[in-house]
Amino acid sequence: MPDKKLRIGWFSFTCCEDSTIVLTEMLNDHYEEWSKKIDFRHIRVLKKNNSMENLDVAFVEGAIASDKDAEELKKIRANCRKLVAIGSCAIVGMPAAQRNEFDAARKKEIEFLLKKFRQARKVRTLYEIVKVDDKVAGCPMFEKSFLEVLDKCFREFGVK
Amino acid sequence: MKKVDISIQNISKVEGHADLDVKVRDGKVHAVHIKFTDNKRFFTQAIRRQNIRVIPQSVARICGTCSIAHTMCAIEAIEKALDVEVTKQTALMKKLIVNGLMIRDHALHMYMFSLPDVFRKDSVLDFNDREKKFLYDAFAVKKAGNMLSTAIGGRAVHAPLPQIGGFSKVPDVKALKECTSQLKTAREKLLDVMDVFYNCRIDYTRKTNFVALSSEKEFDFLEGDICSTTGICIPEQHFFGHLVKTVLPYSQAVGYRFKGKTYMVGALARVNLNKERLHKETRQDARKYLKIFPSDNIFHNNLAQGIEIMHCIDDSLGVIESHDFRPEAPARIIPKDAEGIGVIEAPRGTLFYRLAIDRNGLIKEGNIVVPTQQNQVNMELDIKKLVQENLNRLGKEEIALEIEKLIRAYDPCISCATHFLKVNWV
Repeated sequence: MPDKKLRIGWFSFTCCEDSTIVLTEMLNDHYEEWSKKIDFRHIRVLKKNNSMENLDVAFVEGAIASDKDAEELKKIRANCRKLVAIGSCAIVGMPAAQRNEFDAARKKEIEFLLKKFRQARKVRTLYEIVKVDDKVAGCPMFEKSFLEVLDKCFREFGVK
Repeated sequence: MKKVDISIQNISKVEGHADLDVKVRDGKVHAVHIKFTDNKRFFTQAIRRQNIRVIPQSVARICGTCSIAHTMCAIEAIEKALDVEVTKQTALMKKLIVNGLMIRDHALHMYMFSLPDVFRKDSVLDFNDREKKFLYDAFAVKKAGNMLSTAIGGRAVHAPLPQIGGFSKVPDVKALKECTSQLKTAREKLLDVMDVFYNCRIDYTRKTNFVALSSEKEFDFLEGDICSTTGICIPEQHFFGHLVKTVLPYSQAVGYRFKGKTYMVGALARVNLNKERLHKETRQDARKYLKIFPSDNIFHNNLAQGIEIMHCIDDSLGVIESHDFRPEAPARIIPKDAEGIGVIEAPRGTLFYRLAIDRNGLIKEGNIVVPTQQNQVNMELDIKKLVQENLNRLGKEEIALEIEKLIRAYDPCISCATHFLKVNWV
């Protein structure tokens, strides 16, 4: 019987996707090990045929700027055993949430666009919407912290 | 097919998300709408009243993959506004950091996103043992670019060291030596992948205009006039005046026309316009591939990226080997009421910044025009032609796949996600 692999999903919401880029760069050095231990079930940066069902861990990058995205995040939460917030926008909202801090004039200026594209009045962190089990801070995420969290996940889900 | 509505959702990542709608009536394509649905982050509003010294870091967050391009373009705009003269060493470091960006970014696109289309695979993760060689090559090439940007900028994503007037640290000799070795390793890998794209028969040819910075002296990503294959050349400070904004009511972004015409920017445009000025060793070793340029086949954007990677490697090796980097005093920055234009070539094409500054060194207002916006209208016209030509030849699913491949070839700001196309056939 083949060894168990960690079933992961990697998701992006409102952000510059810097941590996604860092992840693709980390593959340069970690692909050999990860290909034996990770089942990349959902990772749009690398493939089209994705599935978010029955994930062990969902890594989620970006802040939540619309109700539609909030629903999508809840769906991800319902399909994973552990959810890890990745990077500054997911954890503290910034800089994706900079419009929350705009003065009245700037808020007025962007109001029609928020309405037109059905944006939420406030950009939110993941914590404001779902239960978050762990996090990797940084803008972009700190590679070392990501490796630590990943190792923790390997141990937790019995992946050797 | 006489009547069909093609709706593709979540082309995702064009550094975010995009949908596509195609409407066919009476056997003719009536509309192609690429909708950038990524939630707006309002950077042009956010930078107002920010101090110019934080701007290079602030705008880096516009884009994870080409953050260095935003940083360097904003720096150029501010330096021009404030008449800051940089040293020769700073100019070389700017060149190196952008070379590093091009190498890493192009390699990510060319190997990891577009190559699976050639091998008819969903993903690099599905490559068989023979194809896997290219995955390992991708890692070696990306790593070289990553190391170069890190040696110069402190990090490959959101580099902290570039500042207005210079860099806050001189590159470490040992790090540059390691870069040299990795760059040479990467160069050895390149011809194989270029050969694959050269021999590939995927053809998305349509006559269009190509626009890029063009310099008399060398193949340059930072300096020159803005030239078009129609023969027009204008100084970069006049670029914005020649752009016609096209409001696309269905998209969260706007499109642009250059002097009234649709156009493409990016590696293909640069190689089409400037191939004679590539590094001489690149011209020598890539001569077989260079013969097909100028090309109107958008899929050749991949091959153009490969050629640019080789150029950036050759150029960087020359700079590193010939320059002794030493600490130097940073340029003096004296804020004043002024406006500056920055135009550079980002991996995906011409990037434009106009920044107005007040006498306290705060941003009054500005404009930012990114490559993918400029390519949008052209991309829609290409899709229209593609669909029209294949309506009676291919099924819906096959047409959708061809559309994806075409969009990916453009490398829309992290074309990564064009790998996630959910197709709804209405």
